[in-house]
Amino acid sequence: MTTNQIGCEDCAFHNVNSLKKLGVDTSDTDYVIALAGNPNTGKSTVFNALTGLRQHTGNWPGKTVVRAEGGYLYDDKKYKLIDLPGTYSLLSTSQDEEVARNFILFGKPDVTIIVVDASRLERNLNLVLQILEITGKAVLCLNLIDEAERHNIKIDERELAKNLGIPVVATIARTQQGIPELLSTIRDVAIGKIICKPRKVKSLSASLEESVNQLAKKIEEQFPGLPNSRWVAFRLLEGDERITEAVLNNELKELV
Amino acid sequence: MNKNTDNSIVQLASELRWKLGDNFHDKLTEGIYTDASLIAAQAVEEHGKKRNYTLDSKIDKIVTSKKWGFPIMIGILSVILWITITGANYPSGLLFNLLIDTLYPALKSLAAKIGMVWWLDGLLIDGIYLAVAWVVSVMLPPMAIFFPLFTLLEDFGYLPRVAFNMDALFKKTGAHGKQALTMSMGWGCNAAGVIATRIIDSPRERLIAIITNNFSLCNGRWPTQILIATIFIGALVPASLSGAVASLSVIGIALLGVAFMFLTSWMLSTTVLKGEVSTFTLELPPYRPPRFWQTIYTSVIDRTLIVLWRAVVFAAPAGAVIWLVSNVHIGNLTLADQLIGWLNPFGVFVGLNGIILLAYIIAIPANEIIIPTILMLTVANLNLVGVGSGNGVMFELDSNLDTANVLMAGGWTVLTGVNLMLFSLLHNPCSTTIYTIYQETKSIKWTTVASILPIIMGFVVTFLVTQFWHIFIG
Repeated sequence: MTTNQIGCEDCAFHNVNSLKKLGVDTSDTDYVIALAGNPNTGKSTVFNALTGLRQHTGNWPGKTVVRAEGGYLYDDKKYKLIDLPGTYSLLSTSQDEEVARNFILFGKPDVTIIVVDASRLERNLNLVLQILEITGKAVLCLNLIDEAERHNIKIDERELAKNLGIPVVATIARTQQGIPELLSTIRDVAIGKIICKPRKVKSLSASLEESVNQLAKKIEEQFPGLPNSRWVAFRLLEGDERITEAVLNNELKELV
Repeated sequence: MNKNTDNSIVQLASELRWKLGDNFHDKLTEGIYTDASLIAAQAVEEHGKKRNYTLDSKIDKIVTSKKWGFPIMIGILSVILWITITGANYPSGLLFNLLIDTLYPALKSLAAKIGMVWWLDGLLIDGIYLAVAWVVSVMLPPMAIFFPLFTLLEDFGYLPRVAFNMDALFKKTGAHGKQALTMSMGWGCNAAGVIATRIIDSPRERLIAIITNNFSLCNGRWPTQILIATIFIGALVPASLSGAVASLSVIGIALLGVAFMFLTSWMLSTTVLKGEVSTFTLELPPYRPPRFWQTIYTSVIDRTLIVLWRAVVFAAPAGAVIWLVSNVHIGNLTLADQLIGWLNPFGVFVGLNGIILLAYIIAIPANEIIIPTILMLTVANLNLVGVGSGNGVMFELDSNLDTANVLMAGGWTVLTGVNLMLFSLLHNPCSTTIYTIYQETKSIKWTTVASILPIIMGFVVTFLVTQFWHIFIG
């Protein structure tokens, strides 16, 4: 988890500035929640189930290319939900992936919901692992469990939660099944009742691991307490201009 | 923000990048994949080890096969168009009765009662109200049918199969396979299609997709195509066949648009936008039974009403402009007559006429009002007696036959009809799309190319068709 004190993250004004920069109106909002996931996982359906909006949900990859926003009230707190573009990864140069990764990094959402297709878990996990390198405040929404069941797939949610270090909620967003549990889990992560221990990618080759650690250590020296120094290191090795800029103009300090 | 003078992090990063070699990206991806499969192996239990994807793959075997893929695609498109064309007639007539035959005279007499000045009455009711009423009654029914049908198809999961079928063709023209998706979006609305190109990661291929999206016949242009096809092409065959023949000729125009899209993509990718074709993975999602009523609801709210509102917003000022050019006099002639006179020689040269060109200039904001503008200008320009209600009054004639009579009186032939259909496909994008292209590319140069290129193609094509027509048909 981050080194922030619980009190800070609880506060309505926590990281308001960086969100405003990303074009999010945070007035009147207690928590900002990002919604990420592969295309075709029912992400937009989850968005609608949470917000009551009826955004059209298409059955083709790349439907949500623009960021959609909605909100809901839960336990007297106002949540703002940002629907990020559906992507398979956060590592390429396409605009939708850039939007998604920069929002999670620089926008510091209070919680990131990662929607995955239960019948295609392995492929979906690639994105999950990348997101967990950026943020630890995440909830895995294991959607479409009805389709998985039809394909004779059963998923051990507890095992999955243990391995990923974040709460897992099984849902069928189309019929609202699991949405109440999802709502309460989001709240628990937002208020710090659930503390996540996000899984970091382990199976890196020795030479890569060494370089990343060396770079991450140097980053932490300059930006003590940065929760995602490894991700920043990945991006710098990749030659990401936006991150290079954020290092050079000290913007990373705001992410501590 | 303070500038960080210490750039040792960035230096170290580039040193390490050099050391790691250029396969850093692959190594990282490999590590993530390994982790993912480890975690999945522990959490996923497959009963009977058998995935039940048989029905999906059976459907896919047919709809993405070399033999049946394209015929099924064209077949589905034809059925959707046919339902739209035949289904829209009746509600269109009802709306027309209400908005124009009943409400319009009522408004006029109300204006007369309160003694509204003639020019204000003309500008507001004959110009703005009629333009808006026309757009609503002509556009709403086909959209309310076309969009939900298209959306059902989308929800079912068919669109990625279309992309799959067309991928090889796109690759041959040097464009991105995902352009098939943005192209289909363009059939609904080009502005939406241009925004959808964000899913294409290479800037080169994205630019090709943006520039060529206009070749997808958009929703605003379908009604023009349908009306002209019914009047000029459907009339060439016996009445029992005319509906089918008209539908087929509209599909022909839409497919011609696809051909031009490929041609232009190829031209761009072999000249100014040279480069490698990037590969991508396209997931074929499972087929999902669409939730019928919710789809109808969301597509009416999301698409139909939004597109309709846009059309209304643009039609209102255009209605005012139409009324003004037909009522402002310069010398003995109205401004419209003057402009038509100037444009006519060039218009006739390319097989169109001055009225059509003026209508396209006035209707840049919205393609939807082309036909009423043409009719109105024709009647005013010829001073036909007994049709229409005065200069600059947009109107719809009670039947296609009346419309045909007006157009014939204006000197229209089957050739003019064919050329209008071609020009409606090949001309500049509407102003919303042009603005969206600028928003997406942030480049005046590419916005200009995307706007001018199709109109040049349009003139060349109608000119050539006219020459061939005169040689072979007379």
